[in-house]
Amino acid sequence: MKHVVVIGGGVAGIETAAQLSKSGHWVTVVEKSNQLGGKLNDWHCLFPDFSLAKEQLDWLQSQKHQADLQVLLETKVTSVNRTNGRFAIETSGKDKLEADAVVVASGYELFDARRKEEYGYKIYERVITSADLEKRMNNGELLRTPEGAPNRVAFVHCVGSRDEKSGNHYCSKVCCITGVKQAIELKKLSPGTEIFCFYMDLRMYGKHFEELYRTAQEKYDIQFIRGRLSEAAEKIDKSVQIKAEDTLSGRPLKMNVDWLVLLVGMEAGTGTAQAASVCGSRCESSGFIATADEHRSTNLSSQEGIFVAGSCTGPMSVTDTILHARSAACEVNDYFQKLEKSWL
Amino acid sequence: MAVKNFGFAAIKPRTIDFEQFDGRLLSEILELEPSFKVCLSCGGCTATCSAGNLVSFNIRQLNLLLRRGETVGLENEIKKCMLCGKCMLVCPRGINIRNVIMLIKKSVAKSHSLKR
Repeated sequence: MKHVVVIGGGVAGIETAAQLSKSGHWVTVVEKSNQLGGKLNDWHCLFPDFSLAKEQLDWLQSQKHQADLQVLLETKVTSVNRTNGRFAIETSGKDKLEADAVVVASGYELFDARRKEEYGYKIYERVITSADLEKRMNNGELLRTPEGAPNRVAFVHCVGSRDEKSGNHYCSKVCCITGVKQAIELKKLSPGTEIFCFYMDLRMYGKHFEELYRTAQEKYDIQFIRGRLSEAAEKIDKSVQIKAEDTLSGRPLKMNVDWLVLLVGMEAGTGTAQAASVCGSRCESSGFIATADEHRSTNLSSQEGIFVAGSCTGPMSVTDTILHARSAACEVNDYFQKLEKSWL
Repeated sequence: MAVKNFGFAAIKPRTIDFEQFDGRLLSEILELEPSFKVCLSCGGCTATCSAGNLVSFNIRQLNLLLRRGETVGLENEIKKCMLCGKCMLVCPRGINIRNVIMLIKKSVAKSHSLKR
């Protein structure tokens, strides 16, 4: 029986492990935190169908009850060494593992919006991130003002994405549709609130995304203004004044909003940087792990026997992460088959 | 006493100020022509516009200004439209643009008759 170690127990890690164990391998998932599920634990619902993150999590978790699937929580991988075609893996715990293949599924981290100081995150009371909004939704904490429901809320797209000053030149892909989804959620909760989304481009790349964008305009009266916020300033009543150019009418624009939501992007983060470094995998300038080929080998790292799955390779939705995890399992199986043939 | 001419004057800012929003015309139009909500600002209408190809007339921008509560000058601007309807043939989201123009014209006429 072959043994595979999966680094990271988020969506990609769980799904890869489940698929590998279904195809008859012994799998160990190493997760640094005290629970499986990664960032999905903090999310309320998913685009474009508003399915609850918890339902998706429960489904993922239900797969882990397989005989040959072992989970090590609160454990980090500290070194990976190849010896005689196998991998000797040391962890922060007492376990020393030996594996025939390694799958890196170390995920992403959210952009720290404090780095975009001009938007006032953690400076002004009523500036929050998209991740904060999801947590609030989970806790039933609505956006309020002393007068009750907010009159006006604005969303800012591309915070920490497509912004070289933030150090991120790439597009985080999922924020556009997250903004549309969250705007609709807010509107459902307080129909009297005016909602504006400030965007540079709206990239509705996935199935049903464009339709959701249209529904947001048509049914929920959400307004989209093309222009990037230059700054936000808190007023004495804690509302926030924002400035942008309405680029489609070519004029500067200012607006008072009761709450400002920053749609933060994805970064490779320290988890993926560490995983790539212990595995000796090459990273791209964006920090995400480089894959052997952009089209055919998106699960192969620069090291033989070390595979990659999910958002450690680039920003990815839950949908795409599950697919990418399954294809990682296919690649691992393929690798084992080739090894066996080479021994014959 | 004559006002002294200091050689400068306060310039009206170009900023679109949402706190001064006059949304009356907009909400009337959105109610009667809800398809107006889904404009993508692609500019297809302006590219094909019979009037816009001859004189300075930008129907895409006009719609947008209406959405920003900017109704000054709208009355004279829409007189340039020939109501040919080519904009509607081009529109990817099927907005009844001609009806939007007609509604503006009606609303303007109504406000004139009220003034009299």
